[in-house]
Amino acid sequence: MTDAHRTRQKPYRSFMAKLVVRIPYAWLIAFFLVPFLIVLKISLSQTAIAQPPYTPVFDLAAGWHGIARLFAGLSLDNYAFLGSDPLYFLSYAKSVEIAAFSTVMLLIIGYPIAYAMTRTPRRVQAVLVVSVILPFWTSFLIRIYAWMNILQHDGPLNRLLLALDLVREPPVWLSTNTAVYIGIVYSYLPFMVLPLYATLEKLDESLLEAAADLGCPRWKAFWLITLPLSAPGVIAGALLCFIPAVGEFVIPDLLGGSRTAMIGQTIWTEFFANKDWPTASAVAVVLVCLLVTPIVIFQHQTMRGVERD
Amino acid sequence: MPAVESRTGFAKRDFAPWADRALAPLLRIEGVTKRFGAYTAVDHLSLDIYQGEFFALLGPSGCGKTTLLRLIAGFERAGAGRVVLDGVDLAPVPPYRRPVNMMFQSYALFPHLTVEGNVAFGLKQEGLPKAQIAERVAEMLTLVRLEKFGARKPHELSGGQRQRVALARSLVKRPRVLLLDEPMAALDKKLRGETQFELMDLQRRLGLTFVIVTHDQSEAMTVADRIAVMDRGRLMQVAPPAEIYEQPNSRWVADFIGSVNLLEGRAGRDGMSVEGTALGRLHVAAKIAAEPGATVWVAVRPEKLRMTPTPGSPDRQSALENDVAATLVDIAYLGDLSIYRLRTDAGVPLQATRANTAPLAERGTGANDKVWLSFPRDAAIVLTR
Repeated sequence: MTDAHRTRQKPYRSFMAKLVVRIPYAWLIAFFLVPFLIVLKISLSQTAIAQPPYTPVFDLAAGWHGIARLFAGLSLDNYAFLGSDPLYFLSYAKSVEIAAFSTVMLLIIGYPIAYAMTRTPRRVQAVLVVSVILPFWTSFLIRIYAWMNILQHDGPLNRLLLALDLVREPPVWLSTNTAVYIGIVYSYLPFMVLPLYATLEKLDESLLEAAADLGCPRWKAFWLITLPLSAPGVIAGALLCFIPAVGEFVIPDLLGGSRTAMIGQTIWTEFFANKDWPTASAVAVVLVCLLVTPIVIFQHQTMRGVERD
Repeated sequence: MPAVESRTGFAKRDFAPWADRALAPLLRIEGVTKRFGAYTAVDHLSLDIYQGEFFALLGPSGCGKTTLLRLIAGFERAGAGRVVLDGVDLAPVPPYRRPVNMMFQSYALFPHLTVEGNVAFGLKQEGLPKAQIAERVAEMLTLVRLEKFGARKPHELSGGQRQRVALARSLVKRPRVLLLDEPMAALDKKLRGETQFELMDLQRRLGLTFVIVTHDQSEAMTVADRIAVMDRGRLMQVAPPAEIYEQPNSRWVADFIGSVNLLEGRAGRDGMSVEGTALGRLHVAAKIAAEPGATVWVAVRPEKLRMTPTPGSPDRQSALENDVAATLVDIAYLGDLSIYRLRTDAGVPLQATRANTAPLAERGTGANDKVWLSFPRDAAIVLTR
């Protein structure tokens, strides 16, 4: 792109074209920004034994006076509370740790799968892509329950290990971090494999030929050419796995023990057990802020990729 | 050595190693066959290429020229035959150990490396010391006039600059043979013309052997010492450009290179004429290499056809010339020259070209004009196949 292209005036767009462009914005405002602002407002409120269980509430009948009183009633107390109790910090740290370690494992497992997929004939590739997303055809919850069954004390896994004489005593799987890792890696694998596959599949084969031509053996070309050029896929896959994994609730709740208190469970406890909506909201807002950082990095990377193309 | 002389007669410069029987070729292709399923891309092909030659593989798309190049580079394995470089059979040598380098049609520049990184890539694989790599990269970038662009990434360059990076990268290892796969296909016409001359200049200065694949015959004729014309995996003719044009060995080559008027007839009893063509009996300059009565073809290049308003040729009576009356059908004006489409009184279509040397106003010919076409007997090429 030359500068001449960039500075050129925006092309004329019809009303319909403008509408189509705005649909994603409308979607984000309705389903992300507005709910987030509501949660943010609740996080600045105080608990109350009422319906809804916090104060102040938005009182339209009181007019301007009501709005002024609403803003006067907001405070950062809940955030101060989060800082004062190490439970929350530990919970965040645990979530990030589990999500980060899972992401690394997903990369180690997903990259070879995606790479192998691109090496198969075209017709087979289509079948493989379908098989990667095939697990989605069963409910996520059912698949996690299946893992509970597999991992339980006298479940298929332990029976197999005993039959193969790999262990003397059946190991405990459920309610451990290992079970959480198994659950996360299993559930998120398609989100890692698909972006990696999409990137690797676009890789120009002639680049590897050029590397070979210049004296670079195949294994070395992988490190010098394939891996650096698949970085956008690695970043996309890592973020697609890391971000939801941090806030994961179902997997640690069903497979993990009480000691693996990830942030999703903390929020759940605050909301439903303690009925402390403002604290729960504050925990959620901090989580969103934590996750915005990697999203911004991802955005930056994507824009660089777009510029290169 | 008269045999040598006759074979070097068409050579471009004082350089015709292929005519020297004592000289061993640098690159020997011996009976190489390559099949893709039922499709034969290269069909039992043999070819010798000599040190210092600029050699062109020319042919229509799908003729197997790129496959042949990839066989030399090692990206394809021959089903039969051998590729021998410097007397060494390359079959067991993987691409990354072959002393040849390739410039790819797509350039295949590494998008994540800078221009310097791209050019240095091959040298780094050799494990040369850093200072030496830097020196050779700088030298090569100067050679292709990109010394100011070393820190740029490929996507920050123009098409012509990218092409020169690809060239520098493939030359920096000083390959025994440089393989160029349609190196100028992505350039616009004007730049292509300049680049062809730069490439020739570079090849002579470095004294390297270049093998270029192209489907553009003017490109092949411009750059190459010898051209191998290929069709359907086989060599049709291997000769210097002028010989390919002036003495094609078959109707296929005559028709593929440039334009030609082809007339079928029978070899005459005297061996110096062709009878029964659409233009009647035609006289030729050289003895016909066919039995009298055998089917032969007379090829006449359009620019060798002379157009005159009257049959006023002085040589006519002595039968040194061939001539025929014709009607002008169409003129295609191309600026430097014009193409005239003609039809003889017997309805045979012919084509003539003439350089537009005279001012436009003085060229008083137009459609439906009657003209007289003639050509000297040495302009008639007799083809036996």
